[in-house]
Amino acid sequence: MVKQPQNDGFVVFDHVQKSYDGETLVVKDLNLSIGKGEFLTMLGPSGSGKTTCLMMLAGFETATSGDIRLDGRPINTVPPHKRGIGMVFQNYALFPHMTVGENLSFPLEVRGMGKDERETKVKRALDMVQMYDFINRRPAQLSGGQQQRIALARALVFDPSLVLMDEPLGALDKQLREHMQFEIKHLHESLGITVVYVTHDQGEALTMSDRVAVFNDGRIQQLAPPNELYERPDNAFVAQFIGENNKLEGVVESISGNQAEVRLTTGELIAATPVNVTKKGEKTLVSIRPERVEFKPEMMPSGAHMIEAEVLEFIYMGDLFRTRLRVAGHDDFVIKSRNTQGQTMLRPGEKIKIGWSPADARALQP
Amino acid sequence: MKKLLILSTALSTFAFGASAQEVVLMSWGGAYGKSQTEAYLKPFTAETGIKTTMVDADNPATPVKAMVEANNVTVDVVDIEYADAIRLCDEGLLETLDPAILPDGADGTPAMDDFLPGAVTDCSAATIVFSTMYAYDTTKFPNGGPKTMADFFDIQKFPGKRGLRKGAKANLEMALMADGVPAADVYATLETDAGVDKAFAMLDKIKADTVWWEAGAQPPQLLADGEVSMSTAYNGRIFAAAVAEGKPFESVWDGQVYEYDVLAVPKGAKNKDVAMQFIAYATGTQRLADQAKYIAYGPARKSSGPLVGLYEDGKTEMAPYMPTSAANLTNALASDFEFWADHDTQLNERFNSWLLN
Amino acid sequence: MASPDIPNQNDVLRTVDGIPLKTALATASRRARIRAFLLVVPLLVFILLTFAVPIGQMLSRSFTDDKFSANMVELGKWFDANGKAAPDEAAYAALAADLKTSAEDRSAGNVGTRINYELPGTRSLFTSAARKARNLEPPFKEAILALDPQWARADLWAAMRSASAPATLNFYQAALDRQIGADGEFEAAPENTQIYVKLFIRTFVMSIVITGLCLLLGFPIAHLLAILPLRHASLLMILVLLPFWTSLLVRTTSWMVLLQTQGVINDLLVWLHIVSDGGRLEMMYNQTGTIIAMTHILLPFMILPLYSVMKTIPPSYARAARSLGATSWTTFRRIYLPQTISGIGAGGILCFILAVGYYITPALVGGADGTLISNQIAFHMQKSLNWSLAAALAGMLLVAVLILYWAYDRIIGIDNMKLG
Repeated sequence: MVKQPQNDGFVVFDHVQKSYDGETLVVKDLNLSIGKGEFLTMLGPSGSGKTTCLMMLAGFETATSGDIRLDGRPINTVPPHKRGIGMVFQNYALFPHMTVGENLSFPLEVRGMGKDERETKVKRALDMVQMYDFINRRPAQLSGGQQQRIALARALVFDPSLVLMDEPLGALDKQLREHMQFEIKHLHESLGITVVYVTHDQGEALTMSDRVAVFNDGRIQQLAPPNELYERPDNAFVAQFIGENNKLEGVVESISGNQAEVRLTTGELIAATPVNVTKKGEKTLVSIRPERVEFKPEMMPSGAHMIEAEVLEFIYMGDLFRTRLRVAGHDDFVIKSRNTQGQTMLRPGEKIKIGWSPADARALQP
Repeated sequence: MKKLLILSTALSTFAFGASAQEVVLMSWGGAYGKSQTEAYLKPFTAETGIKTTMVDADNPATPVKAMVEANNVTVDVVDIEYADAIRLCDEGLLETLDPAILPDGADGTPAMDDFLPGAVTDCSAATIVFSTMYAYDTTKFPNGGPKTMADFFDIQKFPGKRGLRKGAKANLEMALMADGVPAADVYATLETDAGVDKAFAMLDKIKADTVWWEAGAQPPQLLADGEVSMSTAYNGRIFAAAVAEGKPFESVWDGQVYEYDVLAVPKGAKNKDVAMQFIAYATGTQRLADQAKYIAYGPARKSSGPLVGLYEDGKTEMAPYMPTSAANLTNALASDFEFWADHDTQLNERFNSWLLN
Repeated sequence: MASPDIPNQNDVLRTVDGIPLKTALATASRRARIRAFLLVVPLLVFILLTFAVPIGQMLSRSFTDDKFSANMVELGKWFDANGKAAPDEAAYAALAADLKTSAEDRSAGNVGTRINYELPGTRSLFTSAARKARNLEPPFKEAILALDPQWARADLWAAMRSASAPATLNFYQAALDRQIGADGEFEAAPENTQIYVKLFIRTFVMSIVITGLCLLLGFPIAHLLAILPLRHASLLMILVLLPFWTSLLVRTTSWMVLLQTQGVINDLLVWLHIVSDGGRLEMMYNQTGTIIAMTHILLPFMILPLYSVMKTIPPSYARAARSLGATSWTTFRRIYLPQTISGIGAGGILCFILAVGYYITPALVGGADGTLISNQIAFHMQKSLNWSLAAALAGMLLVAVLILYWAYDRIIGIDNMKLG
């Protein structure tokens, strides 16, 4: 794993473990260092431990063992209200009995701030999310997107250096969600704050983050920038979880440097990049992204092995064509091609040959 | 509107039902109810073949007004206190009773001479005499217990909590007697404001140390729990606790206030004729004497007196426990129904107000 | 198929068959309406018969009493004709005639009872006069005064005049500790018989105390119920509801066993040498006993509405407040408490209304100074049989509760009430 240059260990999880019942661990030996100003996303399916990690950081759960440090200071015993961490909740958690202005004023009031200063800060925060006109509304009178902006403004109004976001966009529809992703990203960049963001939506994670920590089964499976995560998944889970992915099972036939040949269970031989397989004869799972598969002979990248495929289904998706193939006994091999001028529309029943650059086929431990 | 009321009240009372040729007696339950079952109901059914049923109430006089007003009288005979009988009769809530149906005494005395004075009224015939007296826990006074009504009001001499009925009746009379007013002058004294003040002044002496009871079953319980060291009570309840249950209670008859308990028929009873027949039967010499076998209340007929024998345990002589025994009547007061019919409201308001302050 | 065009006849929308749209709609929905009504009818009849009618009947009793007016017809006529004039021979003649009638139809007791409400001690005046009415001869004034000179009392005639009309506010006057004076006007009753106003005040004060205690004790329980995992919460809920499944009398008598001077708690305190044997605490047969027992009995009525409100408050509000820098106390005061107001209001009003009307428990454990106005109502229902006064007291209680309800609606809003 490549260490990020700007990582100065602003937030550090040091061998953190968490158990609720004393029998099973929800978080198993977590080590994570987040740099100041970084946008880090914890991504994973539900029950993977990502939310628990966020709650430990916020102070709502205590680590069973290990240390959590914020800006060099251990915070295990610091109560949540003294951590100075802004937080945005899944359902916004705007206080229903207060107006928007009162909601934003609350964190300033409890800090003993004077009225004038509060008003200035509230106005600034609301202007930041273009919601100043709504200052006297109650949360129930706002739409989901508007509530989301208020929640964001409230988490930022007291100038925290760290903001936690727990699936903040989960309740919004797709279009609004995408819009808000950019807005949050924009705020992050302009304010220079550190954001720890939890989501189970991989698109969101890839769009917004500096780095993504993929959680599964209480462990970080891979911690990497989005592009690396997508293109060079460390293991089968990450490959599966991030983006669409084709899998072919086989055995390593030969291996040398970053070149390997894999004999598929159906007998075909393909080229792949060994990721965490090391020796000949090892079982492996080769993962290939649908958009990296080529079927036109003249476009075939060098070093590609070609294998037989039969077209089963062709779906017209507008900007993309999605074709389902039978490859090496698998009925669910998918390829995607861009709808460009002169692109071929495959017909079901057609027999073709497909291939890919060995760099795009990653031989992983199954 | 009237019909609706009848219907709605009927809904709440139709739990009881009465069919032809049946007598439903509403009484007080407990040991007293048992004495009536043994002495009246069982022999009546045996002799006449008429079915009898007993229904219990806290105070059988209470539901009479509701039943009569709703025109849904579900009981045929009620066992009520004398003053209630007079009042309900005056308000037209009871059937009139023809004294001619009452049998002569077993010794041949004519009925009206055989009954104690005033025991037969326009609407009712008395069965027993019961007394409100006081009793104490002998274990609380190892050096000799209280002997007189004045002792009851003497906290210095006989320390400990007192139990009193929550109401003006009997308490005011007892207070005056404790203050030295002769029994014969008690009601004349209470007619005057000064007399009432005097009674309340006496009650003031023990007010702070008093636990108030309302149901007849409470005083023996308060004594047994040690909540009070002495309490006024209905004598039959103390008898039951002391003799039947062996509790260390001693009765004090000085200053007792006695009253009749009577049988009457609510206005509009379904089986009025049989009910009257039942009253005539139940107030007969032998029936009343029999009843005294089960409970320490005195028969309302002179001719029953000599026939009273032993308690049902076969060894306890009943006479010393009877309010009507000569020894217990040395300083006793007959409750004046007319006084209470006139002054009940006023004195109870005064009493309740006194309690509050 | 008929044309879908709407015919333009008299500008009334019509169906394709030409029936006005409104009529068609009414016909179409009538069956559903009738069915809905029929489903409600049993409950409606039930409530009408067992609730509305008896209460209406009872309240009407507080304004009317015809025990006198129905039986003293002649005297009523004289009062109508002569108003407040001093009684003359004609008045006494009417009185004599009425007494004769009442002796025949045995209504003298009723008549006397009615006047006795206003002027204690006059009941026997009527019953004894009625017994002798048959022998009365003119001149009636002398004859009647010969029976008892009290018949000349001015306040007696004032009371009779007031009772000669069935409709009366006398019972409300009595319920406010007022009585008819010698001049026939209302005046405050003597100090030593005033009771109702004091009792009303005490009832309300004690109800407020009990409601407050219920809130104080019930709030943490309800909160615990709302945040515990379901498994533990349902066990706790059973414990909360257990008293509901036990007879009220059993619960009250259990408290008596616990609280009396020779009871479990005092024995324990003596055993622990916290109090001396002679200094046992008086927790029963006084206000303390009433407050303890009633708080226990009413506690579920506070907990359940609170619980139902708290259940709907997501824990994220408190977390948000904490993350925004609020201490747990500030979070409770500024964020949690305001959101439970509707539950507090519902539980409070429920407890208060129940407490105001409670009577079995105060009767058993209240002793002299722990009884409430309801005990006095029961007294007049069951013992003195003055139903009209009982109805007047109950009516005033009802009005007080309605005022409270109205105030609640004005301050908090009845729509915000959550009962479960």
